[in-house]
Parts: sequence; C-alpha cells; structure tokens
Amino acid sequence: MARPLSRRKFMVYSLAASTLTVAAPLGCDASSAEGAEPSGAGTGGPSDVLVTGTDEEMLVLEVTAANRVVVRLPRVEVGQGITTAVAMMIAEELDARLADVDIPLAEARKEGNQYTGGSNSVSSLYDPARALAATARAKLVTAAARRWHLAPRLLRTRDTMVVAPDGRTATFGSLTAAAAAIHRPAVPAEPKPASRHRVIGRPTTRVDARDIVTGKAAYAGDLTVAGAKPTVVARPPTLGGKLVSVDSRAARAMPGVRAVVRAAGGVAVVADTFHHAFRARDVLRITWAPGPLAALSDDAVRARLRAAVPSLGTPLLGTRQVTGEFEFAFVSHAPMEVLTAVADVRADRAEIWFSSQTPTDARDTIASAVGLPGSKVRVHVMRGGGSFGRRLNYDAAVEAALVSKAAGRPVKLMWSRNDDIRHGRMRPASHHRIRASHAGGRVVAFTHVTASVSEVFEESGFAVRGGRSGAVRAASREGRTPEAGPLPSDSGLYNFGRVKGESGSVELAMPLGAWRSVDSGTMRTAEEIVVDEIAASLGEDAVAFRRKTLRNKAVRAVLDKVASAGHWGRALPHGRAQGVAVHEEYGSCVACLVEIDATDPDEPRVTHVVMAADVGTAVNPRGLEAQLMGTAVDGISTVLRAGLHIDRGAVREGSFADFHYARQRHAPLRFEAHIMPSTGAPGGAGELGVPAAAGAVANAYARATGTRPRRFPLTF
Amino acid sequence: MPSYSFVLNGKPVTVDAPADMPLLWVLRDLLHVTGPKYGCGVGVCRACTSHLDGAEIQPCVVPVADCRGREVTTIEGLADGDTLHPVQQAWIDHDVAQCGFCQPGQIMAAVALLKRTSSPTDADIDRIENVCRCGTYCRIREAIKSVGPAS
Repeated sequence: MARPLSRRKFMVYSLAASTLTVAAPLGCDASSAEGAEPSGAGTGGPSDVLVTGTDEEMLVLEVTAANRVVVRLPRVEVGQGITTAVAMMIAEELDARLADVDIPLAEARKEGNQYTGGSNSVSSLYDPARALAATARAKLVTAAARRWHLAPRLLRTRDTMVVAPDGRTATFGSLTAAAAAIHRPAVPAEPKPASRHRVIGRPTTRVDARDIVTGKAAYAGDLTVAGAKPTVVARPPTLGGKLVSVDSRAARAMPGVRAVVRAAGGVAVVADTFHHAFRARDVLRITWAPGPLAALSDDAVRARLRAAVPSLGTPLLGTRQVTGEFEFAFVSHAPMEVLTAVADVRADRAEIWFSSQTPTDARDTIASAVGLPGSKVRVHVMRGGGSFGRRLNYDAAVEAALVSKAAGRPVKLMWSRNDDIRHGRMRPASHHRIRASHAGGRVVAFTHVTASVSEVFEESGFAVRGGRSGAVRAASREGRTPEAGPLPSDSGLYNFGRVKGESGSVELAMPLGAWRSVDSGTMRTAEEIVVDEIAASLGEDAVAFRRKTLRNKAVRAVLDKVASAGHWGRALPHGRAQGVAVHEEYGSCVACLVEIDATDPDEPRVTHVVMAADVGTAVNPRGLEAQLMGTAVDGISTVLRAGLHIDRGAVREGSFADFHYARQRHAPLRFEAHIMPSTGAPGGAGELGVPAAAGAVANAYARATGTRPRRFPLTF
Repeated sequence: MPSYSFVLNGKPVTVDAPADMPLLWVLRDLLHVTGPKYGCGVGVCRACTSHLDGAEIQPCVVPVADCRGREVTTIEGLADGDTLHPVQQAWIDHDVAQCGFCQPGQIMAAVALLKRTSSPTDADIDRIENVCRCGTYCRIREAIKSVGPAS
C-alpha cells in the first residue's frame, strides 16, 4: 500500500544498568515513557535519559556481556512469527547476527500496551524497535571509538561486532559496559533507510524453528513448576449449567488424587498425573442444573437471528436487484494447544504462567478473583500453541488461580479438548442480507444488514472466567492503526454508489470470542459472494467487474497478480472451477484465487490457492507467506466443513473428530503467495487473508456446482 | 502398582504406573518427556504421534502395558546428537512450523510414512491425519517431498 513511512521520531531512553540497556515507549500515541523525564530537552534526536524507575510501557533492549542481544517483548508469540519479525528488526539496525538476538516474552507489565491483536504487532513495533536498536548501535560504536582512540565515523558494524578500518574487532558484548556509560552517541542514531536493509525484507526462517522440530519449544503444559500438579475440571453437560451437588468420595479415594475443589465452572480434580486426574474426574457424582439455553437448538438460534436482521429498506426506484441471504454457524477457535495455565496462589502473592494476548487485563482480573492487589500477581506470558483470538480471553488462567487458592497448592490446569470445544469460546453465528441495486450496468446502491449472536453475562457466569468478548471485540478494533482501512462495509471497497449497513443482535449466554479477522470473516465473505453474483447478473467476468469497480489501485494490483499468476479463466473440466475474492483491512490488502474440485459436491477439494498481498513493507516475506497460507486453510475450513451445532443448550461437537477443521487431504496441493513490493509502512497481515480466502472458496464452489452457497459451512 | 520397563529414545526406563495409563501421560507426567503433545486424548488430532518399535502410534490411546519391553521413540529421540534427522532438517529448510505445537507429531508421522514408502505420492501424504490448526499443510507436503529416497 502507498502509505508513507512515519517521520515521527521515537524517543529512546537509557536505563541505568551495568550493561547497555535502552528502552522505547510503545503504542501509536506514546510520546514519553512512564517514569522517564526527558533531559537535555531541545537537543533533538534520541535523548539520553537515565531512567532509574520502572520499565513500564517500554520495549527494552539489553546487550549482555556474553554478546547476546535481548529484547523482552510485550507481545505473545502464538505462531504468527512476531518474535522472528522483531528479531529481524533488531538485527537489522544493530548489525547483529540474527542468531545472537533473543526475544523472550515480557511478563505482564503494570501498565502500557501489551495487547496482541488486531493484526497490529508489526506495525506498532516497527518504528520503536528500529529506533531502539539504532540507538544501541550508536552507543556501541561510540564506546569502541573511545577504546581505540579512532574517529567514530571510521567504524563499521557487522555480525554483532564493531570493526575498525585496520581490521580490529570488538564484540558488542565486550563493549556493553562501556556503552552503558555513553550518554551522547558520536554517530547518528537514526534507523537505516529501506534501501540499506539487508535483513528486513529477506525471507527468513523462524528463529524458534530448531526448538520446535526437536521438541524443545516449551508451552505452558510443558513447564515444571515446583509442586504444580495436573488438574482437570468436570464441566456441565450444557453451556452455563450449574452445579447442584457433588459427591466426591469415590474420586478422593482414588490413587494419586491430591484435592477435589469446586471451581467456577464445575469441580476440579488435582492429581499426580493427568491420567489420575481424568480418572477421578470421571467418577465424580455430580448433579447439574441445566444451563440457561437448555431449550435452545440451532433451528431456534437461526430463526432468532433471521428475525433480528434489520430491514433492507426499499430499493431505489428504477433499479434491478441482486440479493443474497447468508448464514454462518458458530466456529471454535480450537487452537492445537488447549487452554493450560500453571497457577501458584499463596496468601500474599500469586504467580501464573500461561499464554495470553491480554496479560495485563488477565493479571487485574486474576488479582480481583483471588483477592490480592494487582501488584502481588505476576503473570508470565508463555508461547501459545495457536490462538486465532482464543487467548484474548483468559478463562483457564482465572480458573487455575481460583483452584490453586481453593486447593491451597500450585496447579497445572488444563482444559480437555472436549472442554475446549464444548465450553470454549466461539465465533458468533450470524445472518446476513445483502442487496445490490444496479441500473444502466452499474451498481448504484449496496446494503448489507446483519445480525449476530452477542454474549450476555448476567446468568451465564462466564464473565468471572475471564474476558468479555464484547470488550475484546472493541479492543481489537481500537487496536487498529489510524491508517487502517475502513471497517468492512463502512465505506466500501467498491464504487457501489450508496453503501449502507446496519446490524442487530441476539443476546445469548454463550461463551463467544473474536475469531481471526473478527466480523470481516463473515461480513466480507458474504459480500464477495454477492460481488460475483452482481457480475454474473451484469453479464461480466468476476475479475473484470472487480477491476473496474474497486476504489483502490493497490487492491486492483493484488487482484491482477492472482489473476495472472493463477491463470484466471483457464479451461477446467466439468465439476472444477476457479473463484476469486479480495479484502482490504489493517492498512493492507489481499486477493485470493482458488481452484476447487467439486466433482463430488459433498466432498469438495480446493486443489490450488494463489494469494497476493500488499502489506506495505513486509518484514519477513517467508512469515507473511505462512500467515496467508494459514488464512487460506481457515477459509477452506469455515466455508466447507468446520462449524459447531447447538443441541438443546450444548455444543454437539467435542473434538477434531467432529469439528471438521481441514486436514492434509483438504488442504490445497499447491499454494503460492505473491508479496507486492513496497517501501510503505508495514500494515497488518495475521488476519488479513481470511475473508478473501473464504470468499474465493465459496465463489469457486458456486461456479463448479452451479449452486448459490448460502449457509456455511456447506457440508455440516 | 505394576512396573513397566521399555526403551525410551535408546535408553532403558522403568515406571510404576497403572496398566491402563496412556503412554502419553507416562511420558509427560512421569518421565517429563514433553515433545509429544496432548491435543485430544482420543487419538484423532495426533499431536502426540510417536513411534513404537519404529511404527507410528498415538501415545494418548496406547496403554503403558502395551509398551513393555518395546522401543518407544519420541521427537526427542529422532536426532542423532546435534545432527538432525533429515525430516527435521527439511522442516527447518521449508520453515514449516507456525505455532509449532502439532509439529513434533507431524514430523513423527512423516518419518513413519517415509519408512513405509521412500517416495510418497500426494495421495500418500493426504492420508496423514495429523491436524495442524495453523494450516501449515502445504509446507508439510513440500518438506516431505524434499526428503525423498536419499534418506
């Protein structure tokens, strides 16, 4: 995209330390850091403030004597590759070897922006991370110049060392103590121009790849915290069901059982192993009262959603209409790593280890749940085994803390897969009506009215279990950069004349949550299906029609890219077809072209996917390609097979045996991603591809089968 | 409690465990070998995939009693010291992993497949049941094909 790079300078601070330690504030609006008073005001450029207090609200970089560059990252790694992208930014500006850069995840800070979501991590970190490393480099060069009595401008940096013209070298680690004392670097501390980038923009393998393939990468469940015993929870058969009574005598008498305690959502069993915990859980004799939705099944949810959709209104006189009515089922996040939290709650303090996109909110909620001040609760952020929005909520962590408190011992609490799918959060079901009015061969009005399920808390008791999806949804929108594209349907991707949208909701006591791409995953998917149907109604080609009605030339460029790379319009045998769709959000845009084999309409296979994305500067094209690949599989899954049914107040599905997320045999045989060259500021990418992929799959299926897909997933 | 001895990643181990205790929890909770992951407990997600006498198993549904006297290999036992197994190396070369949680199981499934057939077809690869929620399937396919008959 053509957004210019920010010219804003990021204030960088030095922290008092025996090794070089610098810090920068984070967040789009951050102009100064907590506890830091700029000194030497008016000197311009990065300041040399000695921060003696807290490092809150800061990205902190330390160069250790052992020649490691350590940046404690106030974000979570859940597979999206943010640790690799930040390591690349740091390596670039420091001229450090990527292998010498460590990016541990920061524990929950007292304040500041520690939110991972809204696809904004790279865009929010790009300027401060580079400014931080550039300042550190300038100080290291200055320290070397003093040691060698050479003019600083003669010195170069490479491979985590400073190099003199005569070939002498000094590692950053050997200079760190001296550099810590440098207040005013003698060389510029500005980040490099993009033309000199050698790391940023180079396809790079994940920094944790070796740990992953050797089994060393540690998730919350792999931790050994002294005394923390495996813990599972017996949960009600219906959503929000209430415990009436429990007879735990048999469970307590079983070998290996350490404690049985009531938990917010049911009854927790603490045991020596998860095997013992599950066994004891299964012999608990519990009487449950049905949850508030016990009378409700899918048909009723769908009928209520249909009734809650606002009116489309009257179409403009003299226009012809293309209309579509769409339904999307609930979808589980189902990250491979089920929710897991280690909690050690004592009388005067608590410590929790888990993977969280919102650790500061989690810390505050946990503190109030266990009756401690926030300052006495430490939250250690672990890498997550996938998230897709699920770890915005911290259900399991609050539960683990309460169980630890009740049992009077540390616990390692894990949700079973069944817990995850039957009681976890879901993308809300939604219903859409879309009407495009055309006259004289052009669309003059476009209206999209919708209703989705929204979560109520009063009777469900879910709130205490951590995180309100409504707030999270708002936060993920607020997390957007000011430059981000319009909300879907707000102003329109296309020149469709008068664009209108309105939404209603059906409030239910169900655990909901933001799912990768949030509302766009349904809204924009439905719209891209209608765009194809408008083109057909006007007798035009789906790509040609989009080309001439898209507002933004960057979107046209990605569409052109997939059309040419994917050989749009090539002849295919009966039952096979192509489909395309585009999407613009997070300051980025994407197009997707798929080929589907729907010879058997009940067993469709997407055989080929071509995506093109313009995300501004792509820090790690290899990681970006991986994100696009993931969103392609999300699109395939949610359109073709993966959804949840509600049967009498309960989720019918309970594992990957019946929640049909794509497996290898459903994934494309060929995938290619094209990254558009750009020197613009980085936009968001993690969620970007979902609506385009889903729309393209639906459009290909429609073309291959001669049907009009209306209810998703199609095979359900 | 009965005692079971087997060979784990080349070394003999003995555990005291109930006969029906799944190997997964024996590995993770008693032996602290955490490469095999819990993802479902019923053998359908296959995040725990490991090998028993060289053949693919899902330890979450294999009782420890079935392992007596046999050889169990987990992701931790695949490399030869610092030298990675060719499939592990292919996973790095193709930057397969995203969150990484399912990848120990994916790699063990791929190694088992390549033992059965040195040049797997697309149809062979399609039969791998391991779920990857990040959707890394295309890179998994490329990585497997890159290993080829040489290994």
